[in-house]
Amino acid sequence: MQSLRKTLLLVTLLASAPVSALEYAAVDAAKSNLSFVYKQMGVPVDGSFKKFAVQLRFDPAKPQTGNASIELDLASIDAGSPDANDEVASKLWFNTKTFPKATFTSSEIKALGGNRYEIRGKMNIKGKTLDASAPFTFSNGVADGAFVLKRGDYAIGEGMWADYGTVANEIQIKFRFTAVPGK
Amino acid sequence: MNAGTEAESGVRYTTVAIGLHWLMVVLLMGMVSVGVYMSDLQLSPQKLQLYSWHKWGGVTAFLLVVVRLAWRATHSPPPLPTSMPPLLQRAAHAGHIALYLLMIAIPLSGWLMSSAKGFQTVYFGVLPIPDLLVKNEELGKALKQVHELLNWALILLVLGHVGAAIKHHFIDKDGLLWRMSLRRPRTGEH
Repeated sequence: MQSLRKTLLLVTLLASAPVSALEYAAVDAAKSNLSFVYKQMGVPVDGSFKKFAVQLRFDPAKPQTGNASIELDLASIDAGSPDANDEVASKLWFNTKTFPKATFTSSEIKALGGNRYEIRGKMNIKGKTLDASAPFTFSNGVADGAFVLKRGDYAIGEGMWADYGTVANEIQIKFRFTAVPGK
Repeated sequence: MNAGTEAESGVRYTTVAIGLHWLMVVLLMGMVSVGVYMSDLQLSPQKLQLYSWHKWGGVTAFLLVVVRLAWRATHSPPPLPTSMPPLLQRAAHAGHIALYLLMIAIPLSGWLMSSAKGFQTVYFGVLPIPDLLVKNEELGKALKQVHELLNWALILLVLGHVGAAIKHHFIDKDGLLWRMSLRRPRTGEH
């Protein structure tokens, strides 16, 4: 009797274990990057963020159960030149002193077919929280995606910079996160 | 021999050569002024605009000097006055060659500097000029110095060029200036 109960317990445990079994639970920061391209007088300029932290739980077979959040250290920006780095920290741009971090917290991840997915959630930049979404592909543990952020939505670049004539409103954001499987 | 006869006989540069010369004068004076002014500005939309305009101006100057050289190669300039000592004639030729070299080297150095600093040149915001160099901050700084030095050399050479023209006109009184003048001399005027 005692042994039968033990066996039943074991069977129940085994049955509840995920079949796909591969859930990713962390991101390897060294093999990940977060970059952007903005247009200045019609000229594309590359930039990136050096410091960001990603929390995630993601099973490609069951994306709807997954979630992800990103915390971005805005002072770690490389906006293309030393001049630009100083400028974007100012009140008119990110106001990094008052708002040192930008965050994204997912509310939904859905499958789009194949290895394509879409993540939706809330983006918080400079004290403003707005809905945001991005498509991405996921294969061999690497999430690769891009979306367009409109800087005007978050008042990034106010005053003399508010006009999109010199620095365009649309900022192309690209991310590539290498995920590590959980236990 | 009367030194004025050559000018009076109407030996002038071709109209195209004269037009290109003065177009270049206006363009290069503008480019140097904007270049000096913009580099000390605080970052602002105006600064970004000026940089772009300066780059477009630089591409234009480069194209114009190519046209000038092509024209120069196919149209002989009027000869220098025979009253001019051979040494000064050679100096004049060397000065003109140096001016042409600088007019080529300065826009090229500006373009390379821009690439090294990580900003592609897009002509009039429409036509991307390929980057020959990849972004490299140290190289960008070095090329900025090269660009500035070449411009100082241009300024000095242009001063010499203007000084020589003034000497020809007021001291030698050989009427040389009329060869490049936008208007023809009245008979006997120099």
